[in-house]
Amino acid sequence: MPDLLIELMSEEIPARMQNRAAEDLKKRVTDGLVEAGLTYGAAHGASTPRRLTLAVEGLLAASPDVREERKGPKVGAPDKAIEGFLRGAGVARDMLEERDTPKGAVYFATIEKPGRAAADIVAEVLEQVVRNFPWPKSMRWGTGSLRWVRPLQSILCILSDEAGASVVPLEIDGIVAGDQTQGHRFMAPAAFSVVSFNDYEAKLKQAKVILSPAERGDHIHAEAVNLAFAAGLELVEDKGLLAEVAALVEWPVVLMGQIGADFLSLPPEVLQTSMREHQKFFSLRDKAGKITRFITVANVETPDQGALVLAGYESVLSARLADARFFWDNDLRVATSDMNVWTQALENVTFHGKLGSQGERIRRIAALARELAPVCGADADKAETAALLAKADLSSEMVYEFPELQGVMGRYYIEASGQDAEIAAVAEEHYSPLGPSDDVPSAPLSVCVALADKLDTLTGFWAIDEKPTGSKDPFALRRAVLGVIRLVLSNDLRLPLDQYVDRQLLRHKIQLNGDADEQDLAALRDILAEIAEHGVFGAAVQTVMDKLRNEEQPEMKEGSLLRTIGDLVPDLSTDLLVFVHDRLKGFLRDQDVRHDIIDACIAMPGNDDLNQLVKRARALAGALETDDGANLVQGFKRANNILAQAEEKDGVEYSYGADVKFAETDSEKALFAALEAGEPKIEAALKAEDFTTAVSEMAALRPSIDAFFEDVKVNADSEVLRRNRLNLLNHVRKACGQVADLTRIEG
Amino acid sequence: MTQPRSFQEIILALQSYWASQGCALLQPYDMEVGAGTFHPATTLRALGPVPWAAAYVQPCRRPTDGRYGDSPNRWQHYYQFQVIIKPSPPDLQDLYLGSLKAIGIDMGAHDIRFVEDDWESPTLGAAGLGWEVWCDGMEVSQFTYFQQVGGYDCAPVSGELTYGLERLAMYVLGYSDGNKMPFNDPDAPIPLTYGDIFRDAEAQYARWNFDVAETDTLLQHFIDAEEECARILEQPADDPKTGRRIVMAQPAYDQCIKASHIFNLLDARGVISVTERQAYIGRVRALAKQCADAWLQTEAGGFAP
Repeated sequence: MPDLLIELMSEEIPARMQNRAAEDLKKRVTDGLVEAGLTYGAAHGASTPRRLTLAVEGLLAASPDVREERKGPKVGAPDKAIEGFLRGAGVARDMLEERDTPKGAVYFATIEKPGRAAADIVAEVLEQVVRNFPWPKSMRWGTGSLRWVRPLQSILCILSDEAGASVVPLEIDGIVAGDQTQGHRFMAPAAFSVVSFNDYEAKLKQAKVILSPAERGDHIHAEAVNLAFAAGLELVEDKGLLAEVAALVEWPVVLMGQIGADFLSLPPEVLQTSMREHQKFFSLRDKAGKITRFITVANVETPDQGALVLAGYESVLSARLADARFFWDNDLRVATSDMNVWTQALENVTFHGKLGSQGERIRRIAALARELAPVCGADADKAETAALLAKADLSSEMVYEFPELQGVMGRYYIEASGQDAEIAAVAEEHYSPLGPSDDVPSAPLSVCVALADKLDTLTGFWAIDEKPTGSKDPFALRRAVLGVIRLVLSNDLRLPLDQYVDRQLLRHKIQLNGDADEQDLAALRDILAEIAEHGVFGAAVQTVMDKLRNEEQPEMKEGSLLRTIGDLVPDLSTDLLVFVHDRLKGFLRDQDVRHDIIDACIAMPGNDDLNQLVKRARALAGALETDDGANLVQGFKRANNILAQAEEKDGVEYSYGADVKFAETDSEKALFAALEAGEPKIEAALKAEDFTTAVSEMAALRPSIDAFFEDVKVNADSEVLRRNRLNLLNHVRKACGQVADLTRIEG
Repeated sequence: MTQPRSFQEIILALQSYWASQGCALLQPYDMEVGAGTFHPATTLRALGPVPWAAAYVQPCRRPTDGRYGDSPNRWQHYYQFQVIIKPSPPDLQDLYLGSLKAIGIDMGAHDIRFVEDDWESPTLGAAGLGWEVWCDGMEVSQFTYFQQVGGYDCAPVSGELTYGLERLAMYVLGYSDGNKMPFNDPDAPIPLTYGDIFRDAEAQYARWNFDVAETDTLLQHFIDAEEECARILEQPADDPKTGRRIVMAQPAYDQCIKASHIFNLLDARGVISVTERQAYIGRVRALAKQCADAWLQTEAGGFAP
């Protein structure tokens, strides 16, 4: 069984594309081979900056012969039909066979497709793969029309077995496949032939090319750790950078360099970012966490052990860090004199075409942060100050140069301006949590501003109808919602989300309608103030409407701004809450809480209090693990079904108190007693929001409910008994339905 | 390989190297441009099927980069060395490495790397794929395969090399302060440094660019250039005087270059807001696009009657 070796050699492939390309090459080629009938034992891909390689082991030498039988027209059918069949099957008339079938004599054709040699199939498949390769970005060159990531220079394609290796005959846009490749661009540029993958890999290594990206990465990491250790330092781990650097070299030579003494006082984040982004250096830190040296990886061994190369790298770094220090010094000058210069500048920076400037955004966030402060346990004045400053660093020179340092620089600068450390920390922390594994802030001020920031973004894009659709979420709104959820839950915050969403939606609407007449805007601002008073949007709108009506003002006309917004905001708010609930479901599903349990809890009033909602869900989930809990749900559903049927039939609601004096059987009396004993406990637990106790008290009713259904016929002949029993069931329904809508529980 | 000792020796070495590779040695274009790419020898010649090979030095002006002559590595007026070959030859990377050797960079002692850097010029409606070339971590050149210019796909594709001469020379000559590097032979009777020649001019232009240039006049110049470009291109192809077919793509393109530079000046004066910026870039791009259309109607652009 032959082995196949393919190498596509090109000019330098962007680092970020190499791994994926090696995978694509493997998948597409092996898929194509298998589809053509060539199965194989194993395949693996590799890449360097200049080559994509695929080795396939144990390939069939040829695809198997295929024999196919095809049923044709009846014997005696018109010639036309028979000829058509012959054409389709590609056989001659005398090759047809007559066979008796239950429907009479029928022609059969046997089509034999001989297998094809592996080389033919490989040539065909590889050409297809090369011509249709899924590069994220590809190009043409010279006079050709072939597209590749950079000019494709040579193709090595051989099949080898015990007898030796042979080149697969193949030509793509003038590039003829061969058995040759080249070594390192500078250290071993000569071409050489190979006979197998092992031969290829070994000869490449002699020619100063390590084929495997993982091997290059391991080598770089091990060397870096060694050099750091020898200098009494520690490598700042950076997996992304390691992968990138390993994809920039064929022969990694790891060097350790010095950072100029003038720059050691820069914040470590600045040193690390500048070195990583511009130079792709790793940082080394000392025991105190200060970054004092760097690791760089060259692609060449030099006679002077890299001395000249390192000197070059160090001087480039000095120029870069001189820039960084220039930014740092300038920024500190602004920070210590008057940071308003920066916040002012943000008035002219667009956040989003429709949602206004960064300055407007920051003021909206600050207003909401003020309102959120009490529920976050933060001081309102401090929250407002922190929010107004948190994004000021977006105007700084350092953040302009290194956007990823936003927030981090803010903290340094705000501290330098003389503000409290807790206010400074907000700048860094209010962007969090970004990803699902990112830490959630816990300092009340940071939590408050982080929440305000995310809610402002969400309500803003909802207000202009730019909601995420399908896989499209250009403003990362799903991430923002997850941030809100995690902030609320991990800080055990209690807040009616609805109310804050309404306020911020209204703020957006006021801003979006900035050119409306002043009377309208004044009314909208009144509503905003009334929400703070009433806590509910509808009531606030009503109050203002009433006021206007008394003053006989014309604003409440159908179609007026006030009416439109009054009608619109609640819908938007509901829609956003549904979106939040959807994300919450996903979030809890990842923690193994069933979706029907969450649905059952969302169906209860007060579902905009996410924290309470989750407490309900967890309590219910816990109870459903127990026998009593699971059976309680059955009992509840049974009670509910019987009631629902009776209520529909009778056209009344059985919500009158049941009377124990009409209880006939022991189980009936026992249920009365159980409810009487249980209800106050459930009540008390609910009041204390101890949903676990509430649910377990409900579950404690289960034996009585089960016994009742066992012994008692609800639809008794006596109408009095029947009504009393139905009312008793209603009692059960009410008592057990207070944590969640149990009808929504599946099973 | 001789080790160059001055800025001009590096230019001379690059010129004689690329001349020996068959390039036509052109001279700088006689207009203010922001990059060597604006020279019609690159922008326009990259369009159409006619083969082309040229190399030239181009002084460039980027008003916002002015530092009053105080920066060791930033000037509002600086030099690029530009090579453009169409179709891009298969060994362009090797040819390029040969040019580094020609200016004294020893491949065995330095770490040369091709690092992904796709090029895009929104004002020219142009884009290409390629790399920035690193020498020991220092970006010494841009290497681009042109894919599009003026909105047209380039076929054949041109290979473009751009050397930032000051930075490259500082590296090769071993100076961290560009103003101190020798411009002519340091042993000449009158040795001149880069700073001797440009430092004062840098301060003068920085002051004018940042604070003095009359913005109303510049805005009017921008509009004038735009209108003149349109007017030129509106003319019929057949010249009534000579009776010949003369499509005036290059005079029109001069107006496009002018508009682009005026935009840069206005930008340095800080009178263009973020939103207006995009609109201005779009206006220049529209001119470039129309000039590209016209160029393809000329013989040099491949038009055959």
